[in-house]
Amino acid sequence: MEDVSPLKHTPLHALHLSRGARMVPFAGYDMPVQYPEGVLKEHLHTRTAAGVFDVSHMGQILVRPKSGKIEDAALALEKLVPVDVLSLAEGRQRYGLFTNATGGILDDLMIVNRGDHLFLVVNAACKDADFAHLKNGLGSLCDVTMLTDRALIALQGPRAGAVLCELWADVASMRFMDVAEADLHDVSCVISRSGYTGEDGFEISIPTEAAVDVTQRLLEHPDVLPIGLGARDSLRLEAGLCLYGNDIDTSTSPIEAGLEWAIQKSRRADGERAGGFPGADRILAEFTHGVSRRRVGLKPEGRAPVRGGVRLFADAEGNTAAGTVTSGGFGPSVDGPIAMGYVDAEHAETGTRLFAEVRGKFLPVAVSALPFIKQTYKR
Amino acid sequence: MLKFTEEHEWLKIDGDVATVGITEHAAGQLGDLVFVELPEAGSTFSKGDTAATVESVKAASDVYCPLDGEIVEANQAIVDDPSLVNSDPQGAAWFFKLKLADPDAAKALLDEAAYKELVA
Repeated sequence: MEDVSPLKHTPLHALHLSRGARMVPFAGYDMPVQYPEGVLKEHLHTRTAAGVFDVSHMGQILVRPKSGKIEDAALALEKLVPVDVLSLAEGRQRYGLFTNATGGILDDLMIVNRGDHLFLVVNAACKDADFAHLKNGLGSLCDVTMLTDRALIALQGPRAGAVLCELWADVASMRFMDVAEADLHDVSCVISRSGYTGEDGFEISIPTEAAVDVTQRLLEHPDVLPIGLGARDSLRLEAGLCLYGNDIDTSTSPIEAGLEWAIQKSRRADGERAGGFPGADRILAEFTHGVSRRRVGLKPEGRAPVRGGVRLFADAEGNTAAGTVTSGGFGPSVDGPIAMGYVDAEHAETGTRLFAEVRGKFLPVAVSALPFIKQTYKR
Repeated sequence: MLKFTEEHEWLKIDGDVATVGITEHAAGQLGDLVFVELPEAGSTFSKGDTAATVESVKAASDVYCPLDGEIVEANQAIVDDPSLVNSDPQGAAWFFKLKLADPDAAKALLDEAAYKELVA
């Protein structure tokens, strides 16, 4: 049955309309896909100056230990994610994954240690399921709360630090994945130095009533443009970052997805807290025995974009299947088409030439290292 | 004679050859184009067939053949520089020239006033 429920609005909806945004449905929200500048200029502006993104549709969840001890919340969360949460220091953030019993990925998320509680940011399309999953898994030990009174924006790009510094000088001391509470114009915000573009930047959680004011102030800066979902997608693709639902889902394991780095030593075999998360048998076995397919970058040799769903072959006649593209398009900073997808392990080596079936033709693509651009995180 | 389709193509018809492109409205909706694929001269299409493909950063879109006919020329300039379609869609950025199987069939297409009303 078609979903006819009305689209939800973020606190910045009217601001998007006032800036001339073209709106599209995304994960149940009416969201800006682009502004009058267009995807290409928005993308390049983010790479050369700074852009503001509305990501208020994402889920912001608090996990508060009933015992009052953050260690109890960390250990409880570790039962759902293959991540070392216990060693995450106060004021630090770490990438994580919810796995399922078969070793697939339910969602990817950010995990923050806020001192007396954990703060999670999850994908919009998964947030209700994630919330239920957390309640079910942690509910006896932790109070789990979905924040519905906060907006979330991202400020990304090489000028992001200088722009935010004008509102809050202490930002200069933050490193990549640091999280701090800060007053922006007397509004208490939670700021993390992170993002989804490959650039230095920030994600800022703002009380709903102040969201328009803080966002407006950032947009008043001459270096800043509003950026829609279109450029958000091309920026993250160039940065080699997964989009949940495209590049990772319940059918892909973290190892197939090339996300081993998100599983710290302590959770791997022989680690002090090895396993103990859903699908650990499969995932830990894959560390030892390898996987039959891998997520790789793909660089088409020609100019034609190769998009998600396109099939890959080992030969130019399309006889031997080699894999499938999961995300693809045009990279404005690369100035050419780029893609990523899953290929059989025997074809996963960088430099391997494969053929993508596009409109009845078999276009040559090269397996490429990710990311396609140099990440400029402030480490 | 200048004609339009509901699929946002324009046709400038001279005798039995139509020069075909996409309208300014269509170019605006598609956004910045980064790739154009055109049909080869000598290929034949029926009305409504996909004759060309344009791609923006975020999506691929088909360009339909507005009438039955044979491609006599394709515009390499927009293959070399797809942004021309955004800057001059109803001029230098024509897509192809189509030798019409039935020139009279063009009469049934939209005139400029009717097209403007359609996209108003």
